[in-house]
Amino acid sequence: MTKYAILIYDDPTVYENMSPEAWGALVDAHSTFTKQVFELGGSLAGGEALAPTMTATTIKGGGTVTDGPFVETKEALGGFYVVEARDLDHAVEIAKLCPAPGGGVEVRPVVDPTMNPF
Amino acid sequence: MQADAVAAALAQAHRSEWAFVLSATVRVAGDLDVAEECVQEAYVSALQAWTRDGVPERPGAWLTTAARNKARDRLRREVTLRRKLPLLVEPATVDPHDPADLDWPDAAVPDDRLRLVFTCCHPTLAPEARVALTLRLVCGVPTPDVARAFLVSEPTMAARITRAKKKISEARIPYRVPSRAELPERLDSVLTAVHLLFSTGHTAGEGDALVRAELCDRALYLARTLAALLPEQAETRGLLGLLLLTDARRATRTDEQGQLLLLADQDRTRWDQRAILEGLTVTAGALASGPPGRLTLQAAIAGVHAMAPSLEQTDWPRVVHLYDRLLAVWNTPVVALNRAAAVAFADGPAAALPLLDELATDPRLADYPYLPATRADLLRRLGDAAGAAQSYRRAMELTANAAERAFLEQRLAEVSRAAGAEPPPG
Repeated sequence: MTKYAILIYDDPTVYENMSPEAWGALVDAHSTFTKQVFELGGSLAGGEALAPTMTATTIKGGGTVTDGPFVETKEALGGFYVVEARDLDHAVEIAKLCPAPGGGVEVRPVVDPTMNPF
Repeated sequence: MQADAVAAALAQAHRSEWAFVLSATVRVAGDLDVAEECVQEAYVSALQAWTRDGVPERPGAWLTTAARNKARDRLRREVTLRRKLPLLVEPATVDPHDPADLDWPDAAVPDDRLRLVFTCCHPTLAPEARVALTLRLVCGVPTPDVARAFLVSEPTMAARITRAKKKISEARIPYRVPSRAELPERLDSVLTAVHLLFSTGHTAGEGDALVRAELCDRALYLARTLAALLPEQAETRGLLGLLLLTDARRATRTDEQGQLLLLADQDRTRWDQRAILEGLTVTAGALASGPPGRLTLQAAIAGVHAMAPSLEQTDWPRVVHLYDRLLAVWNTPVVALNRAAAVAFADGPAAALPLLDELATDPRLADYPYLPATRADLLRRLGDAAGAAQSYRRAMELTANAAERAFLEQRLAEVSRAAGAEPPPG
């Protein structure tokens, strides 16, 4: 099994304008997803939701501290899961079920620190 | 053993056995680069061994054994190093947790060459990388030749191939034939890559003619292999039929000066009748296997043209009917434009003009030179020389192909002369 990160890129305004019912449904969708990961033969190795980009602080190479996310885009990284899957096909199959109402997800293999992938 | 005979046997083995030898070696090596090197070494040692002992009865089996032995030697030598490298994902036996494996009854685990093709054409790779990888790995075409075929520099192509291989191993794209449920969708990506390979070779214009002919031959070989290995997937036969029927016209697509010739002006007596006959047979088989897909329908359209003694004597109502069915499974503006061109022959140019007006509002066709070129042709046939000239000029602005521009220029000159000869209005 290999670890893959499922990065959720969403338009933050979708969340800002969400009704309490829609929010409840989204929380349920995530809890369903975490069960589906196991049903599909994968497993969950971690994951977090991130607070909105307005709370972000960026420190660039020279040590300059600025307000805001590293890159300003319409869709921002809003959270992530780390799953274990057999291969990329399996990881994609799992990631297709991940809720991302205002955007989509990106699948990236997690690097094993004992080997250099570059 | 004669050196010539050995060289010829080796060249033949390279053409026909490369994919077979490489795909079997990948299973031992677990790494595409290592497998490629071992296969190359096997071909080198074959030159010596076959000169000494004669060409073996089954050259492919000889080469596979040699390449796999080299891969095993390497694995033993580099066992500590190997542990640090990601291996290609390839279950040694049937994996009870893997639905894709369970789907194929044990003995039917498909030909290794299919694993290689499906890996090279994986949908998570960039489309241009799929075609390049297929040429390099499945057909064994050296990287400089792949680069020349796609008119890019050798370092650019080498980097493209390396990036794709790296993604296969780092992201763990499995070395496997997809499950039957996924097969039609995944197969589409493979068939599209082979079709693109063929089109790159077939489109007249830039590039070395010999390299281009080689691309068409490689694409035909791949289509034949896919049709032989996955006959129950009718679209594999649809692709083979389409390529055969299109390739039958290869010799007549340009004149002696390399100028593009339209279907109307091609010498139909020089079409390759053997290829047409085979193409028609293969296409008929695909059509008879259930609701046809887009490739089978395109092949059927090419078949109607191949059987027609001239442009005028073409069964245009049948062509329009086939385009209707094609639009139902593959609704793209380019298909709709081709349908409109067929309507112009079936029902007259005036009937097709409103269809073009409708297509002109589609932003996807905004820069498509064939839209104004088709309009120009319809207006020319309707006797509207001024309108035709305007559309030919627009088409010339949009095309990047030298042979096409020369053709449009010639047509523009013709209609301009006709317009000049007309009496002034009023």
